[in-house]
Amino acid sequence: MNTNQTLSLTVNGVEYTREVPARMNLVDFLRNELHLTGSHVGCEHGVCGACTVLVDGLSVRGCLMFALQAQDCHVTTIEGLADKDGALSPLQAAFHDQHGLQCGFCTPGMLMTLQELLNEGITPTEDELRERLSGNLCRCTGYEGIVKAALQVLQSQSNAESAP
Amino acid sequence: MEEALRLLNETEEACVLAGGQSLVPLMNFRLAAPKNLIDLNLIPELNHMAQVGQNIHIGAMTRQRSLEYSPLIREHLPVLQSALIQVGHRQTRNRGTIGGSLCHLDPSAELVAICALTDAVMHSLSLQGRRQIPASDWAIGLMTNALQPGEILEYIAIPIDAPSHGHAYIEYARRHGDFAIVAVGTRLWLDHNERIAKASIVLSGISAGPVRLKNAEVALIGATGSQSTWQAAAELAQQTPAMQDEQITAEYRQHLARVLSYRSLESAHQMALRTKRASA
Amino acid sequence: MRSPSVGHSSPRVEDHALLRGRGQFVDDIQIPGTLHLAFVRSPHAHARIASIDTMAAQSLSGVVHVWTIDDLPRGLQDHPIPLVHPNPAIKQGFLPYVLAKGEVHYVGEPIVVVVADSRARAEDAAELVLIDYEVLPAISDCKDAIEEGAVLCHTQASSNIAARVPFSYGNTAQAFDDAHLVVKESFFQHRGGSFFMECRAGLAQYDSHLDQYTVHLGTQVPHQMKRFYMDMLELGDQQIRVIAPDVGGGFGSKAPFYAEYALLPLLAKATGKPVKWIEDRFENFTSTFQERDQYWDMELALDVNGMILGVQGRLLHDSGAYLPRGLIVQWISATTVPGPYVVPAFQMEMISVLTNRVPTSAVRGAGRPQAIFAMERLLDRAAQSLGIDRAEIRRRNFIQPEQMPYKVGLIYRDGKPVTYDSGDYPGSQDMALKHIDYESFKIEQAKALASGRHIGIGLANYVEGTGLGPYEAVTIRISTTGRVFLYTGAAPQGQSHHTTLAQIAADQLGIDPALITVVTGDTAAVAMGVGTFAARTAVNAGSSAHLAALAVREKIIKIAAAMMEVPEEDLELEDGFVFVRGAKELRKSFREVAIIAGGVPGFSLPDGVSAGLEHLSTFSPKQSTYSNGTHAAIVEVDIETGHVKILRYVVVHDCGRVINPKIVHGQVIGGVAHGIGNAFYEHMRYDRQGQPLTTHFGDYLLPMASDMPPIEVLHMTSLSPLNPLGIKGAGEGGTLPAAATLISAVEDALRPYGVKINESPLSPMKVVSLLGVHALGKSHLPRVQAQEPVL
Repeated sequence: MNTNQTLSLTVNGVEYTREVPARMNLVDFLRNELHLTGSHVGCEHGVCGACTVLVDGLSVRGCLMFALQAQDCHVTTIEGLADKDGALSPLQAAFHDQHGLQCGFCTPGMLMTLQELLNEGITPTEDELRERLSGNLCRCTGYEGIVKAALQVLQSQSNAESAP
Repeated sequence: MEEALRLLNETEEACVLAGGQSLVPLMNFRLAAPKNLIDLNLIPELNHMAQVGQNIHIGAMTRQRSLEYSPLIREHLPVLQSALIQVGHRQTRNRGTIGGSLCHLDPSAELVAICALTDAVMHSLSLQGRRQIPASDWAIGLMTNALQPGEILEYIAIPIDAPSHGHAYIEYARRHGDFAIVAVGTRLWLDHNERIAKASIVLSGISAGPVRLKNAEVALIGATGSQSTWQAAAELAQQTPAMQDEQITAEYRQHLARVLSYRSLESAHQMALRTKRASA
Repeated sequence: MRSPSVGHSSPRVEDHALLRGRGQFVDDIQIPGTLHLAFVRSPHAHARIASIDTMAAQSLSGVVHVWTIDDLPRGLQDHPIPLVHPNPAIKQGFLPYVLAKGEVHYVGEPIVVVVADSRARAEDAAELVLIDYEVLPAISDCKDAIEEGAVLCHTQASSNIAARVPFSYGNTAQAFDDAHLVVKESFFQHRGGSFFMECRAGLAQYDSHLDQYTVHLGTQVPHQMKRFYMDMLELGDQQIRVIAPDVGGGFGSKAPFYAEYALLPLLAKATGKPVKWIEDRFENFTSTFQERDQYWDMELALDVNGMILGVQGRLLHDSGAYLPRGLIVQWISATTVPGPYVVPAFQMEMISVLTNRVPTSAVRGAGRPQAIFAMERLLDRAAQSLGIDRAEIRRRNFIQPEQMPYKVGLIYRDGKPVTYDSGDYPGSQDMALKHIDYESFKIEQAKALASGRHIGIGLANYVEGTGLGPYEAVTIRISTTGRVFLYTGAAPQGQSHHTTLAQIAADQLGIDPALITVVTGDTAAVAMGVGTFAARTAVNAGSSAHLAALAVREKIIKIAAAMMEVPEEDLELEDGFVFVRGAKELRKSFREVAIIAGGVPGFSLPDGVSAGLEHLSTFSPKQSTYSNGTHAAIVEVDIETGHVKILRYVVVHDCGRVINPKIVHGQVIGGVAHGIGNAFYEHMRYDRQGQPLTTHFGDYLLPMASDMPPIEVLHMTSLSPLNPLGIKGAGEGGTLPAAATLISAVEDALRPYGVKINESPLSPMKVVSLLGVHALGKSHLPRVQAQEPVL
């Protein structure tokens, strides 16, 4: 398990090739090898969701995937959400409007889980939305601001779609 | 697969890696420490769903997410989808596999219960050849499956020749996506007089492996389906021997088996009546 | 003129970095060459250490050091971690050593530290450390621990009682003699842990040229941590800098000085490299301080009209194996019991008990939720016995607004008599009950019951001592570049201080709050400080920010008046300039004023003006200021599974002047989430041998988004007379009465079955067991049909 193997993948649109130990998990790789410290480690047993990233568009627990398993994959992290010029994505902006974060530690995971939802183009009810968020724990906000932010963005997304 | 089997045989302290949602937490806690992992995610043949004769074949590495969205499953095994949406969370279903869940054998695993409910047959492969293990023989102990060393689960075959008229998978969990404390899965078939022709009932979470409530299944044959029918079956469910642990008593598990059996049967029956009448 | 910022929901400045993934939590600070710590921790709740063999661990490649207590400086071998709140009532105040010395007293206690080039390798080495234990009997439940002949938590102790403290005033003997009704109940209260999303973390660096240490700690109290380092490592003030960077939640458990922290600077110096420790979640479950168990035996004496005559009882508090935090939580519990009610006579004995479990210390609410639970449940019982409505019995006993300031008769944790300063307790309850339609609920409840649904309503009131002193330092400095800085000892873990303190200062300086750079949690930025905990920052730092900004404002005016040779009364401040009212072109910029204030050779400062356009304020409140509120909730109980669903939750919240409504709202909602956890979900379990049974998030349940009800928050504003802006603390009000409210509602829903609930957290399994045969619901085979063959 201490042997190194070659990993090539794309993260936030940038290609990387690195030698990594087999036992290194994806979130540790992103944080410690690529210095993308936006994704956080909260529990290492796949419950809290702080390490959630998108792998080929699907939300996964970064602590439960080995880095090598992301071979040739496209990974998106929180650092990939804002525009190249730094402008916040609509989802990030909604979090700011609706006070969707306090300490900010769970926020990257929340954003990636919600980004996957937004990418699906569906309009869940609030109950369905809360169920989608149940894989991400927050200890500060009580979730209200996060849900409001998600609803705000979903609403404007569906307005945009139905606009003539 | 040949390479995977060869590696499994030849490599010291090796384990297969499926979705990782059960194995990797154990490794992160250092409760499991295999020296080598054989990554089945790289074997495309293991990830498929197809109708083969009177069965649906599901490759062991089929992602739970794929099952959740599959039109094939929706048409032929809707009870599996009813159970699946209660499994973990989106993130775990994106990576988790049916094979991984079956092999890990958590007492509350929905997919394990569904395989028992639908009389699935597990097909394994080893360097010595193939083996078929019926669902009733799959769990041989707490979190211990019937695979021999050197065997890999290849696919699961679920019969679909006689679709049920009604089904339900009712579980009680503390929070959304939690492991169920107890769950009851039901399939009902009605005859032309709307009496119960056949019933399958599985209890999950009550002991190491899922338990088919055979005595209740037999007793239901010919019944019209009423409150007292369900009450009697529920009483039988409550008599199933149950696990006891530090957090949950056997008594509470048995109690849940009773109340959830009632709900599961009532719900499956309502669906069965609707289906029967709609097709009439 | 710029409109005031205080009272407005100014957008959060903290969001810019955090939303982009550019937070700087301790583990985000990555310095090449950093070494990592892992610990060998006791697997036994109680054991003597016979021998430790670190040879195999040391020889693993990548391992730099493997230390036991014998490798530490003499001072740390001889002296345990100092007690933070000495109290003469503590008779057996055992304190932990940095690394276990001879005997271990809880599962998770650190024994050996391994330093290696990666955390993974450090853990590999930790597995190779061989420790010979002589396992000793352990005492786990505090109720068992006080029995005669109980197993001793510490072998050299005379008993398991760390402290016994009496609290009393008035004549309880008379009260109970005169009583028309005495309600007697026993309550079990359990609160779990803080379970912040970011685990504990520390990073230390040693600069050998300057002989200085810099320690980044995920702490709520960097200045206090600095003092510990100075004491324990014998350092001078300028030798140690503690910085709390971004901190991912604290909730009380990041306030203590933990053993692991001591090793960071020591090892940084010993290795010459930066040294980092990131707690993993398993360590968090087993070695971060928690709250845990309290057993309350209580009696309430009332007259025939339901007026309280007296309260008496005993509180058993599980302290865990050590008392590094003294008696804070237990003390607060005992003194919170009277709450918003007139209690003429009071007597409590509080017993702090040693058990072989991880030590306990304050977790959001800090002992108040348990006291509120006891008092509110007693009132519910009294109401039932006397046939008085639950809201009415409370109404009859409230302290009235006209009675403020109201001396309760007890001494609070701040050493001062508990004196409620302001608040409208009856008004708060009325508002909550009106909003939730309490009066008409009975009709709705009857209808629901007729259709087989069990709904219930509950309520509870609270008073909370907040704004704990003695001060929080704030320096406001306008630098010679014209930029405005606010430096403070406050150390947020999500409370938005960077936004709110800037708002307060901005109002006095007449500028946009976004232009004030707030620096928190850095002992180099401001020399003294206390930290962020106990809902104290808005009061203390807020007041200091206000006073410092006011002082700087006055300085600007004085200096500018001298510079422009105009009367001071003619000057105003706006957007970084000081100008003559009505003649805006006659002005000076902050920068120009600051340069003069900083000293221009030959230019005298006006009389009475000290150098530097800055001011340090350490506003010290005379006593705590008391927030209050009321919660009301409607729940539905599934009697067959025991599951409780919260249908509606109403909060009336009075925290005096609100600086930023959105932020206060967020604190309330977040607090309610903790309260819901306390009521139904969070239980840290141990077995009889002191082995922790809930050690991961699958077993220890935190509320999820799908568990939260809709919450309606209403505000009242009773300004505090104790600080310039009338501020009271807002961080815990959402939590305090939640368990009491929810359990009251569940009991109300199950009233048809006469169920009595005296505990929380309340599990569905417990609900079913309390319901007995009623829990069978629809699946119950009615007796009359049982004789007939059904199938």
